Amino acid sequence: MDAIILQILNGLDKGAAYALIALGLTLIFGTLGVVNFAHGALFMIGAFCAITLQRLLGLSFEQVDPTQKDFLGNPLKVKVPYVESWFGHDLGSAIISWSVPLAILLAIPVMIIVGIAMERGLIKHFYKRTHAEQILVTFGLAIVLQEVVKYFFGPNPIQSPAPDAFSGSFDFGAMIGLHAGVIIYPYWRMVYFLFSLAVVAGVFAFLQFTTFGMVVRAGMNDRQTVGLLGINIDRRFTIVFAIAAIVAGVAGVMYAPILSPNFHMGMEFLVLSFVVVVVGGMGSLTGAVLAGFLLGILQSFASMNEVKSVIPGIDQVIIYLVAIVILLVRPRGLLGRAGVMEE
Amino acid sequence: MLGLSKKDTGFLLFVTFLTLATPVLLQPFPEGSALAQFNAGYPDLMQRFAIYGIFAIGFNLLFGLTGYLSFGHAAFLGVGSYSVVWMYKLLGYNVVPGLLLAIVVSGLFGLVIGYISLRRSGIYFSILTLAFAQMSYNLAYSVFTPLTNGETGLQVYSNDPQVLMGPNSPKSPNLFGLQMIDSIKVPVGDWVFTFNIGYYFTAIIAIAVFYLSMRIFRSPFGLVLRAIKSNRTRLNYAGINTKPYMLGVFVISGMYAGLAGGLLAAMDPLAGAERMQWTASGEVVLMTILGGAGTLMGPVLGAGFIKYFENIFSKINEDILHQWFAWLPPGANDFVTGLLKPFVGEGWQLTLGLLFVLVVVFLPGGIMEGLQRIGAGLRHRGGGNPTATAPAAETQPAE
Repeated sequence: MDAIILQILNGLDKGAAYALIALGLTLIFGTLGVVNFAHGALFMIGAFCAITLQRLLGLSFEQVDPTQKDFLGNPLKVKVPYVESWFGHDLGSAIISWSVPLAILLAIPVMIIVGIAMERGLIKHFYKRTHAEQILVTFGLAIVLQEVVKYFFGPNPIQSPAPDAFSGSFDFGAMIGLHAGVIIYPYWRMVYFLFSLAVVAGVFAFLQFTTFGMVVRAGMNDRQTVGLLGINIDRRFTIVFAIAAIVAGVAGVMYAPILSPNFHMGMEFLVLSFVVVVVGGMGSLTGAVLAGFLLGILQSFASMNEVKSVIPGIDQVIIYLVAIVILLVRPRGLLGRAGVMEE
Repeated sequence: MLGLSKKDTGFLLFVTFLTLATPVLLQPFPEGSALAQFNAGYPDLMQRFAIYGIFAIGFNLLFGLTGYLSFGHAAFLGVGSYSVVWMYKLLGYNVVPGLLLAIVVSGLFGLVIGYISLRRSGIYFSILTLAFAQMSYNLAYSVFTPLTNGETGLQVYSNDPQVLMGPNSPKSPNLFGLQMIDSIKVPVGDWVFTFNIGYYFTAIIAIAVFYLSMRIFRSPFGLVLRAIKSNRTRLNYAGINTKPYMLGVFVISGMYAGLAGGLLAAMDPLAGAERMQWTASGEVVLMTILGGAGTLMGPVLGAGFIKYFENIFSKINEDILHQWFAWLPPGANDFVTGLLKPFVGEGWQLTLGLLFVLVVVFLPGGIMEGLQRIGAGLRHRGGGNPTATAPAAETQPAE
């Protein structure tokens, strides 16, 4: 029992990342009909927004501190971040410590700009071209985005810690009345999971309960009719692209403390997220989210030692195996609509 | 000749000449001159041109003819490399058994992967092939470590059996005694030309498989493959079962990739799992598109272009840029250098990515289409005959 809960928990954070990227991918595919291979790069840009903010907040100047002396007895020069001198020591250091969640505020405008620029500048021209060409152009774009980030931040992973309040782990087992000391789970992963649930709920609520969302859903069903009704569906779809970019971006921001961002992290997640989209069903938002969590948890179960000793190497291939079986048995995916991309 | 039309024979002879003369043609700058760093006539790079040319030719048979975009061709490349190194370990350093095994094993791999993946088309086919390649890559790193030697990579150790090795056998990859690393350096004036056995070995194989791909392009088999690209449903209605054709070309394409992987190990007796990673699959896609998918010569040009870029463009650094723009006033020099710096050296992939996007957007036919347009434009201007453009585009030798 303990072990099962532990594995489910372990799968949640990765599953949450898959789910958020897959959600954006399938949103773009459902509305624009575009297979976006650059979506992983958006996730990566989000993570580097966290790094950028962390570095900006860390900017400091030297100040003579009269209370401290160095070994010669002279007043010691200490580095004081600008933020601390502006907001006072306590508030300033709190802001620095919370740089990752705060980076969401930076990431949202950045992702809107990047998303709209991508859609209007490039992807717009590929609506009517084949999926293969869409894959190719977005793949090229992903390389460009990666290399730009690599130029500014270097090739090595950069650490970005979670806020002090959420560093460390807690005993989840004891909380729900199981044996203490067995299910130890890091705070931040729990935060990530809850955060992803909130984002997913937000996107679904937006599509379900707003007029804009209604138009978008109608456009997903029948783009032509919506256009005939005098609604500028293209503009709305551009905004949908920006929303998908924001979802991927904030998913990346919050993932930075879990996996130190490097310039090619996006591609690794993209490959898996694509598999997730296929398993969930192309164009099905619920399917993408469910499949994301499902595959994340499956992967964590497959990496249990008990399972690995029975089927060696299963943890490395489980996701792909599931995808192959799903594609062959039920090509529309778990929750895909009949007839959508089912060839 | 050889079952080819007159024009094709001429084209093949032309390609053969280019390939065999590569060590001279790619060494245009005298030794010691400032431009000598752009010479590509050294064995390692030329071997890569030929090997990745083979890889891209094979990929193009699948993607260019049928339009099925495989994102998992690197799996075959890796399998080929492992096969060759295993033959080194078991039999000896002669490359022939290894290469034969590489072709057979990658063909079998292609049969299995193709049989399953080809049940779907479009993006699903791409993802299925990607899934298989990633599975192979992950397994090569984990469970199959006894076969692949995991992260260290497979290599020959002194306690390997090598049953066919005599006391006088060469201790490096060879073809019946001819060692791949041997080369003859011929100084001509300021120039030094390197004629390397490994290069000529790969080049002759490359010409042979190029000829094979030419025959496939011109065959009824190739015609069916093109028909699959333009309208598969209609072909089914016409009573042609497309499945065996697809599987056939998938296996052939896999064998090309396996051969290329085997040759990589024939030049350097080492095989690592990173050859199977999806980035390697992406690379061959880039090569084919950049050169021109569906053309005979395009993929080879694309492969050469990318490998040249990778090896030569990445060597340009800030100092070299400063030298180039030394004729500018100092301030402008610094400015231009700073502007160009992100695109060279470490950043060569940025240039490649940009170029790739531009090609897909503006020149879907790749380098070949660009050449054709230039050719058509020249003919148009020279002849002053506006109708000459359309037939000119058709009569290009490279399809």
